[in-house]
Amino acid sequence: MKLDELANQCGEWLRGAGPESDIVVSSRIRLARNLADYPFIRKCTEQDRRAIVRSLRERITSVKELSKATYIDVEELSAIDRQFLVERQLISRELSESEGARGVAIDNNEQFSLMMNEEDHLRIQVMHSGLDLHAAWQRMNRIDDLIEEQVSYAFHDQKGYLTACPTNVGTGARISVMLHLPALVITRHIDKVFRSLQKISLAVRGLYGEGSQAMGDFYQISNQITLGKSEEELVKQVSDVAPMLINYERRAREVLIRDSEQELHDRVSRAYGILCTAKTISSEETMHLLSSLRMGVNLGLISDLEIPTINKLFIHTQPAHLQKLRGEELDTSERNIERANYLQRHLRKNTRDETPGDN
Amino acid sequence: MKCQRCEKPATFHITELTGDTPQELHLCADHAQAYLAPAAAEEPPESFLGALAQQFKVGQTAAQLARLDQKACPYCGITFYEFRHAGRLGCPHDYVCFAEDLEPLILNIHGATEHAGKRPKRHAQSLNQQTELIRLRREMKEAVDREDYERASQLRDEIRGIEQGSETDSPPPEPA
Repeated sequence: MKLDELANQCGEWLRGAGPESDIVVSSRIRLARNLADYPFIRKCTEQDRRAIVRSLRERITSVKELSKATYIDVEELSAIDRQFLVERQLISRELSESEGARGVAIDNNEQFSLMMNEEDHLRIQVMHSGLDLHAAWQRMNRIDDLIEEQVSYAFHDQKGYLTACPTNVGTGARISVMLHLPALVITRHIDKVFRSLQKISLAVRGLYGEGSQAMGDFYQISNQITLGKSEEELVKQVSDVAPMLINYERRAREVLIRDSEQELHDRVSRAYGILCTAKTISSEETMHLLSSLRMGVNLGLISDLEIPTINKLFIHTQPAHLQKLRGEELDTSERNIERANYLQRHLRKNTRDETPGDN
Repeated sequence: MKCQRCEKPATFHITELTGDTPQELHLCADHAQAYLAPAAAEEPPESFLGALAQQFKVGQTAAQLARLDQKACPYCGITFYEFRHAGRLGCPHDYVCFAEDLEPLILNIHGATEHAGKRPKRHAQSLNQQTELIRLRREMKEAVDREDYERASQLRDEIRGIEQGSETDSPPPEPA
C-alpha cells in the first residue's frame, strides 16, 4: 500500500459504524513501550535511533499477523506527507515534527499503527469506529503480546513498563474516545462537563491530541493516570463515562429541538447551503459547518446525507489531504478554493446520486 | 537552491554546530522557523509540571534542590536538573537511580506507586545486563569521541558478547 492509495481510501475508524457512532466517532488505545537495552530517545545517538528502528522493524515484520502492515520511513517523507499522516491520525505531531531516524508501520485498514522513535521507542495505536474500547483492547493486547515475544521491553516489577515521561509509566496505556459534542457547545454546558471529568482524573483534548484546539466540536476524553490500575480498569473507567457524556449530548440536542427547533434547523440548513455553494472556504469554517451538518443528519433534519460521508469530508478537507488528493502543493488561498470545489463535488454528487461514502 | 524539506526556494542557510560535525541546512522561511523554534516535544506535559511544582513546594530547600540537580545516572549520564527541565528521563535505569526523588512525583501524578497491569510473559532476561549495554554503548561513544580506538574496540567486543548471549535467549521466529 502506498501513501497515495491511503489518501483515496477511508480508514476503518471513519466508517461511522459501531455502537453510538452518531456521537462517538472512534475508540483509540495507545501503548508506550521501550526496548530494555537502549537509552530513552532523549539520550539516544543517531546510531542508536537507527538501530532501534531497524531492530523493531525486523522483529515486527517477522510476526505473521503484523507482517502485512506497510512500513513508512517518516524521516524520508515530505512535510505534506507527514502532515497527511497526522491528519489521518496514524502518526502524532511529535513523530512528524521530530528529527532523525523514525518510522511507522500502518495496518492496511488503518486499525493499528506502530510508531517507532516517537517520545518512546515504540508506540502502538489501535483505533476502532464507534464506542468499542473493549474490542480495541483485545486487539491491542494481542499485538502487544506478539511484539513482546520478539523484543525485551524495559519493565520494572513495581513500576511496570518504563517510559521516557513518568506521566506514562506503569501500563503506558492511553485509553480514549473521540466524541462529537456540538449541542453541549451550543448550550454552553461543555465547560461544566469538562470540570467534572477532571475531578475523576480524565483528560479532555481537541481532535489532534495534546495542546490542540477542539475543532469541529470534537473532543477526546482519555485516562490521565497510567499507574496503579490495570489496563482493563482503565478501559472500564473511560467506557463507563462515555455513555454519560453521550446522554448529556442527547439531552442537550432534545432541548435544542424542543426550545429552538427553527433556529437549529436554520443553522443546519445554512451550513449545508454554504458548504455546497462556497467558492473559497477555510479549514476552520469547514470544520465548524460540517459539525452543524453532522448534528443535522443525526437529528434527521437532513435526509440525503450519511454520517460516513461527513466523517470523510472532515478529514479529506484538511490541508495536507487536499494537496495529496490534488497531487500538487497549494498555498492557503489555493487550498481554500480547492476545498470549496471538493465539498461541492462531494455534497452535490451525494445529493444527486444518493450514493454516500464513495468518491 | 531548494529547501531541504519542501519544494520552495531556500532562503535560510543555517550551520548547525551542536552535533559531532557541523551540519549545513538550507531551508525555506517556514521550515527555518519550525527548525529554530523550540520543539514542541521539549515541553513537559502539564500534569508533569503541576506535580513537579507541588513536589518542590512541600519538599526541598534551595540547597537540597541544587544538590539533587547535580545527581546523574551512571548509565545514560542524565542529571536530575536536565530531567526536571525537559520532563523526559534518559534511560530505564533512571527509575532505579532516581527512585527516591521520583517517588513523590509519581505518587502526585498517578495517586499510586505500584504497577497493577499486565506483565511481559518473557520478562527482560536481565535488567542489569541491559542497563550494562546502555553504559557500554555510552562509554564506546565517549572513547570514539576522544579517539581512543583501542578502548572503543574493546567495548564493542563486550557489547557484541552481551548481545549474542541475549540473542540465544530469544524464542525462535514464528513459522511463515
